[in-house]
Amino acid sequence: MNLALKDIRHNFGRFVLTAIGIGLLLMLVMGMGGIYRGLVDDATLLVNRIDADLWVVQKNTRGPFAEISRIPANAEDRVRAVPGVASSNDFVSHTIQREQAGRPLRMTVQGLSWPQDNGTWLPLIAGRRLEQAHFEMIADKSLGLPLGHRMALGKDTYTVVGLTRNMASTAGDSMVFVTLADSQAIQYDQSGEAVRLERQARRSRASDFDPGRVQPEILNRAAGPSAGIPALGPSPVSAVLVKVAPGADPAQVAATITSWPDVSVYTAEAQRQLLVGGMVDKSRRQLALFSGLLIIVSAIIMALILYTLTLDKIHDIAVLKLMGARNLVVINLILQQALLLGTIGYGIAYGVGQWVFPIFPRRVLIVNEDLWLLAGIVLGISILASLLGIWRAMKVQPNEVIA
Amino acid sequence: MVGIPDRRIIEAFGLTKVYGSGHTEVQALRGIDLSLSRGEVIALLGPSGAGKTTLLTVIGLVHPPTSGRIVMGGKTVVEDGRFTVDVLSFRRQHMGFVFQKANLIPFLTAAENVRVAMEINDQSPRAARRRAMELLDYLGVVNRADYYPNLLSGGEQQRVAVARALANQPGLILADEPTAALDSVRGRQVMELFRKVAHEQQAGVIVVTHDHRALDLFDRALEMEDGLIRGNPTAAP
Repeated sequence: MNLALKDIRHNFGRFVLTAIGIGLLLMLVMGMGGIYRGLVDDATLLVNRIDADLWVVQKNTRGPFAEISRIPANAEDRVRAVPGVASSNDFVSHTIQREQAGRPLRMTVQGLSWPQDNGTWLPLIAGRRLEQAHFEMIADKSLGLPLGHRMALGKDTYTVVGLTRNMASTAGDSMVFVTLADSQAIQYDQSGEAVRLERQARRSRASDFDPGRVQPEILNRAAGPSAGIPALGPSPVSAVLVKVAPGADPAQVAATITSWPDVSVYTAEAQRQLLVGGMVDKSRRQLALFSGLLIIVSAIIMALILYTLTLDKIHDIAVLKLMGARNLVVINLILQQALLLGTIGYGIAYGVGQWVFPIFPRRVLIVNEDLWLLAGIVLGISILASLLGIWRAMKVQPNEVIA
Repeated sequence: MVGIPDRRIIEAFGLTKVYGSGHTEVQALRGIDLSLSRGEVIALLGPSGAGKTTLLTVIGLVHPPTSGRIVMGGKTVVEDGRFTVDVLSFRRQHMGFVFQKANLIPFLTAAENVRVAMEINDQSPRAARRRAMELLDYLGVVNRADYYPNLLSGGEQQRVAVARALANQPGLILADEPTAALDSVRGRQVMELFRKVAHEQQAGVIVVTHDHRALDLFDRALEMEDGLIRGNPTAAP
């Protein structure tokens, strides 16, 4: 006769409620671990996906993610000329916030060097990659924009042609991917009035100089579009991504580019360190500490629950001992219930988590290693918590029944 | 007593029990001599604090006496205030307990309460199930076999408790005020049950009781006071 199961059968409602309580508590532990994993994974997601060997950024900055970086767009051409470089692409990234159906819609806009890069590396779950130079967009599913959705950004309207999953920035904002030119157009979009004022200011500045006064065409150019002024280069980019040729030494290529006075170079690993060790470091450590505290609190609560369950049965245990029951009978009764509660609670945590975690605004990443680790922790807590109950049960004297 | 082929179920010599020390010392038993034969039912009477329950716990091998010797079925189980046998095993195999309250385990049915006594004594579940039903039938509560204790009347609970005490065919049954929670009619029925069990199953029964109305059902009545038994406790009935 299994006394643990008999007790559960008789107090089924209480057992179920207790298991649900423990399950929800464990779900919090599981979720907190998942949020930690999600934060770290989101931080390095783009670096891992893009898979560039080197990141060329503005001199003495930790860009383009940890801080703002702006380098001339023509840096890409200079980089491509370095021996050992197989390819180079401009990289533009900026975050915008718009209104969509009355709610704020934050998104990180990534510029792809179309046509060399049409988003082949993106994990598409629906639709297609970018096939036009302008006005197409690949959006993350978490934004809630359906395929074919048209959205005004800057002075243009973009159509969602593809959907990705779990593509979020370090801050947790969902990503959209457009061509580099479109990305810059969105980033540097100005109102008509601002453009007019800027042109007027340029004309005014030009008129203060001799060349402007003697060359009317200069004044005309100054008052016209920026693209018509050779002295003004194209808009800067955030970084240049470098792919090193097979057989070439990345360190040598990095050393060459680093010697330039206007840029700094990071390897992909260094970029990951900047993100994890710097940008999300405090959030990461805070979550890790909180997870640790949550595990300790869960252990204490589980121990108290199991101890209380044992106290409820202490008289019955005394009866069993008076009847001559071996200690193993009593230990089994307590330990089996503890393990059952732990196991069922863990199952509830996993099941409910699968349903609840996708609703969270930020990604909750549950990985197998964490699941195994938590299972081990729950097993340990169950055993340790039951030891408290067993200790109390062992102290019970059979004469308590007679007395 | 099963496995102990002796007419005398229990013999106790010079049992003393002292609780505390110095100013707080209490002499609960002051040199008790006692013997009980198979099929014999004795009542243990006396006021509160006389030492009745202490004597029961000592004879039931729950606590060792401070000094003295106990022989059960010819085998010494306590010598110089120390147990000389595995008391858990001995209690499982040779003793049955009945209390003032039935003390049934609330999460087990009536039949399971009887079965558990046998299963912790390593009997097979099938044999335990069969014997549990036989015992409940013998005690007239087989129709309540699948009921939980909270659904049984006080008398029914006490019958199930007696069935549990009889489960392993013990040679000695110790009962501590088993009728205190029952009305006089049901109380007498339970006392009659002890007599029936003692005679039919050849078990010795010691009942601690305050109920003088059923004394005619006992072979002997021993009066305890201040840790001593008055009169001659070892005399034959």
